[in-house]
Amino acid sequence: MTRKQRRLVLIGTSLSVLAFAAALVLSAMRDSIVFFTSPTDVVEKQNKPGARLRIGGLVKPGSVARGDNLLVRFAITDGKTDISVHYQGIVPDLFREGQGVVAEGKLESGGAFAADTVLAKHDERYMPREVVDALKQSGRWQEGEAKGSGSTPR
Amino acid sequence: MIAELGHYALVLALGLGLIQATAPIIGARAYDPALMRLANSTALMQFGFVAFSFAALTVCYVNSDFSVANVFENSHSRMPLIYKITSVWGNHEGSMLLWVLILALFGALVAAFGNNLPATLKAYVLAVQSWIASAFYLFILLTSNPFLRLDQVPAEGRDLNPILQDPGLAIHPPLLYVGYVGFSIAFSFAIAALIEGRIDAAWARWVRPWTLAAWMFLTIGIAMGSYWAYYTLGWGGFWFWDPVENASFMPWLAGTALLHSAVVMEKRNALKIWTILLAILTFSLSLIGTFLVRSGVLTSVHAFATDPTRGVFILAILILFIGGGLTLFAWRAPMLKQGGIFAPLSREGALVFNNLFLTTACLTVFVGTLYPLALEALTGDKISVGAPFFNLTFGPLFVSLLFVVPFGPLLAWKRGDILGVAQRLMAAFAIGILAVAATFAVENGQSVLAPFGVGLAFYVMAGSLIDLVERTGLFRLPLATVRMRAAGLPRSTWGTAVAHFGVAVSMLGIICAATWGSERIIALKPTQAVAISGYDISFDGISQKPGPNYESLIAKFTVRRDGAIVGVLEPSKRTFSSRSMTTNEAALMTIGAGQLYLSLGDPNDDGALAIRLYYKPMVMLIWLGAVVMMLGGALSLSDRRLRVGAPKPAAKPAMQAAE
Repeated sequence: MTRKQRRLVLIGTSLSVLAFAAALVLSAMRDSIVFFTSPTDVVEKQNKPGARLRIGGLVKPGSVARGDNLLVRFAITDGKTDISVHYQGIVPDLFREGQGVVAEGKLESGGAFAADTVLAKHDERYMPREVVDALKQSGRWQEGEAKGSGSTPR
Repeated sequence: MIAELGHYALVLALGLGLIQATAPIIGARAYDPALMRLANSTALMQFGFVAFSFAALTVCYVNSDFSVANVFENSHSRMPLIYKITSVWGNHEGSMLLWVLILALFGALVAAFGNNLPATLKAYVLAVQSWIASAFYLFILLTSNPFLRLDQVPAEGRDLNPILQDPGLAIHPPLLYVGYVGFSIAFSFAIAALIEGRIDAAWARWVRPWTLAAWMFLTIGIAMGSYWAYYTLGWGGFWFWDPVENASFMPWLAGTALLHSAVVMEKRNALKIWTILLAILTFSLSLIGTFLVRSGVLTSVHAFATDPTRGVFILAILILFIGGGLTLFAWRAPMLKQGGIFAPLSREGALVFNNLFLTTACLTVFVGTLYPLALEALTGDKISVGAPFFNLTFGPLFVSLLFVVPFGPLLAWKRGDILGVAQRLMAAFAIGILAVAATFAVENGQSVLAPFGVGLAFYVMAGSLIDLVERTGLFRLPLATVRMRAAGLPRSTWGTAVAHFGVAVSMLGIICAATWGSERIIALKPTQAVAISGYDISFDGISQKPGPNYESLIAKFTVRRDGAIVGVLEPSKRTFSSRSMTTNEAALMTIGAGQLYLSLGDPNDDGALAIRLYYKPMVMLIWLGAVVMMLGGALSLSDRRLRVGAPKPAAKPAMQAAE
């Protein structure tokens, strides 16, 4: 085999592997990507029931109710709009009323949201960026809110 | 005082770094040995000053000196000593200091042990290493100074983020950093070779051990991080395809490819240009990882601070080194002479195949990690790309690669006999097929794909041992001869077999734990019991216990099998008053290679306690496999050929010009 032929084989194989990977990426992009929205967007954009979404906002104070079999009902709010969410399972340690939360799941036909994953923030200083953005959009965000009370040097 | 000294030492290190970044290059251009030798002493002194600086910060932490802002923010006087020390790198500023410490250490190692390197190559390598170091010293001094003082000294610190107060975290970041930063050596060698415009097998012989060492640390660092996430986050997941995890996984994939292509270059003097490109890309991915994790672009446990100036500064470093490196590559690489010829079906061909699949797999991870960021910047749409995406893209590519793994070491250099190799692999095929059949028989139809995965894992395991079995004459010759032959085999042959075996072990663990694990999420009252995978777990009760800087709530569960007590599980929740935060300490019981995993949820109003209970069969194999891979790397590193100070085997002059 000459150097030229060898190079052709190499380039051919590389291109076919890359094409294979590109096909995988594109097909996976269609099926397994989840959009993030705020409660207001969910209502305004009229997402179809059954669509997979991530909704971020605050857990509405007074909205958390626990039922049988670890059922938790709560509302996510961005100050303007509330979405009622139900979730079966154990909520994260830092899930609290009035605190930031992200719920991932499906929108049901009645407008309620069936979450299969609930994420809360990691510590008292940090809030999920998506929640911050949702709050900023609805005008409820005050700069420095997430920074905590401690003094910063400068 | 000590903090100011630490700060001053870092400024001095920057000064030395700037000298080392320029003087050796002038020396190499003019062939002035004195100027070139200067790099040796500056590299060693740089390391001395950075080490002093790091020690100074550590002393501030150990003494709980809350007048230092960084200590106040991240420490607490009642924290155990070990966590006071690990807090040093449990925050942005300190972890960047650790980063430059390791960078300076690697520079010093090249200076100390690189005596058999050509003088000009060594001068260039140390200069490039110092460009990187100087950029990061500047970054720390200008945007992330850990030694800033507070005007008023607070009485108590704000404590380290409680999820980071864990023995796993004590070692995870340093290991990972040694891996990340270790690839800087490969980068510096690549840039030096491009500046010099020549490269030869001696270059690869030098680069390979450094890459191998970095790769070993990165492997074990990633495994530690995965195990830490597994037991602290309380979900029982071992890999989340989280962007931060991907940030460490991409350099690992590229580094693995680099290891293999460096072999071709060392043995056959081929794939030179590709190896140089991979060396640049691997370190670039390490830098991108640092950027992703440290800039606050991603929110996670790792994003300690979100200060935009830092993000911009790291981005500038990133563009300078990646852009500069690739530009230099585009300009100079065509000058490098092409190496040896090989047929597509040969050891070289197999290693090219390996590189092709590893880099493509790395590319899909890269796309999945950065696409959401790009999309948000361009259209404002926020999406999340989760595990399903990576399983669908990375999975098939990696499986194809694994199928070929046993072929590689058995093929001959230059021109291989694929049918002959397939014949020699018959035993491995048979073992794989048997494993598929046995798994189907046992699992009663839970999954169709998984038994094939198990078969693939067993085939790779058997296939990687076949070379050893044949070459030692095991099962054919008397044991004494086998032992003698085994001792005579090159360590790198052992290393290859062991590392490939380790990959298959990890894969087996991942498949089993992901497919045949069971999960119960349930609320239990005291004296109630729950059954999982043949074990009965009964809830005995709750007790309170104070810890050094937290209160813990401990639940006690007794595990029984067929009525006989197997052991006790004591998961707990820790409440840290300093941060009004709780952490979950899952209880683990290892049974064979599997684990029972129990973590606590919230207590209900009626006195019941929510629990998450998992049985994960073979889960320990995931991390055990990583340890085996690292052992393989260590064996290969101890090969006589690569040992530092070992006499050069080749009589060929190392400085063969390739004009």
